[in-house]
Amino acid sequence: MAEIKRITAPLTAEIVSKLKAGDMIEITGVIYTARDAAHKRMVQAYQEGQPLPIAIQGQIIYYVGPCPAKRGQVIGSCGPTTSFRMDAYTPTLLELGLKGMIGKGTRSQDVIECIKKNEAIYFAAIGGAGATIARSVKKAKVVAYPDLGPEAIYRLEVEGFPCIVAIDSHGDNLYQSGSERYRLN
Amino acid sequence: MKEIDFYKIVDTIEGLCIKAACDLPEDVERIINKAIKQEESDFGKYILGQILDNTAYSRRENIAMCQDTGIAVFFVEIGQDVHIRGGGLSDAINEGVRRGYQKGYLRKSVTADPVFQRKNTGDNTPAVIHTEIVSGDMLKIRLLPKGGGSENMGALKMLKPSDGIEGIKDFVISSVVEAGGNPCPPVIVGIGIGGTMDMAALLAKKSLCRKAGVPHHDAQYAKLEKELLKEINRSGVGPQGLGGRVTALAVHIEHFPTHITALPVAVNLNCHAARQAVANL
Repeated sequence: MAEIKRITAPLTAEIVSKLKAGDMIEITGVIYTARDAAHKRMVQAYQEGQPLPIAIQGQIIYYVGPCPAKRGQVIGSCGPTTSFRMDAYTPTLLELGLKGMIGKGTRSQDVIECIKKNEAIYFAAIGGAGATIARSVKKAKVVAYPDLGPEAIYRLEVEGFPCIVAIDSHGDNLYQSGSERYRLN
Repeated sequence: MKEIDFYKIVDTIEGLCIKAACDLPEDVERIINKAIKQEESDFGKYILGQILDNTAYSRRENIAMCQDTGIAVFFVEIGQDVHIRGGGLSDAINEGVRRGYQKGYLRKSVTADPVFQRKNTGDNTPAVIHTEIVSGDMLKIRLLPKGGGSENMGALKMLKPSDGIEGIKDFVISSVVEAGGNPCPPVIVGIGIGGTMDMAALLAKKSLCRKAGVPHHDAQYAKLEKELLKEINRSGVGPQGLGGRVTALAVHIEHFPTHITALPVAVNLNCHAARQAVANL
């Protein structure tokens, strides 16, 4: 098993260039959450010439809608949601400077091309392991769209957030290479 | 005639919602443990290990194992000698869901309208309720909270009778393989065959109620389940779609007589967090 690479967020071109599909990663720093409804609003805002609610340059967006926090918890269970539902909105955000995404499942060819063009990166977190993932979140605060409830944009401070590089800045895709490696027919 | 109080049902449902979200059934945990031994990929083994850690942690802390605590799907068997006192069954179920999702700190994931406003109802109601009248004086309530990741990868096809077993296999295997990592594999594959379009979909969902990996009682269907599982696990999709031997943990088929012209087949996937909870009143 590969050694774990520890990186900081937000990302820089230098950090991204050193990561390859299949790398095991731990992220420490600030990331933002957004899923379907928040993506729709952000892209709409951009199209109407309005500013985005977060400064997106170099940021990582985590596709997640967490459970409410119990007393004593920073956040409830918070594993990744399926990423392809965000594919329609992702190219716009990448063009605006988004550098990283965390989710689960592969991306469209369009998104992969955009990841290459903008030297961005896509990480996979383990779907269905949201209780243990929550332990790496040290602070959580809603910073936009509070009316969306679990779909609001949260600013998360994470420490050692575990994930795997699924699609790197060259477009190498672990979803494709991994399943090809183990296919028997 | 047995009388069951409305609030007894509300309390029971509240408890079922929290138990299902936090405590993975032992049969599912057992089959994941078995899968680790079969997995050859390092990522696959690592992922399955993380899933089991998560299962133990959520059970110990009584917190949701997955943030997608689902839309609440109920199968209710109502004995014909049961009378519910103090209110209606659907109201009791929805009130229990409202309380359980609040008290258990579970995510509310239901939109009031599916097309236009898509506004969150804020309390995870309404539940999807399937009822069946049976003999006797028992009220059996089974909850399957169903997450979106796996539910969205379901498929239904009205095959021709001439498509036969091979047609069924092709459709099921391609549905699972094309879903890739989206439904959170390793999955449990629920298949409904026969009846009408609606019946096939319902049978597929019902098949997910069976204890994980218990074969069909009919030898022909048990053989088909086994063949499908083997073929699906040759695909290489693996845990989380990142490559490996274990794409599915089990294949369950339920069937029903059908029209002479028809061969409806529905596929309903369950993620590895195959949650359910049952109560008998």
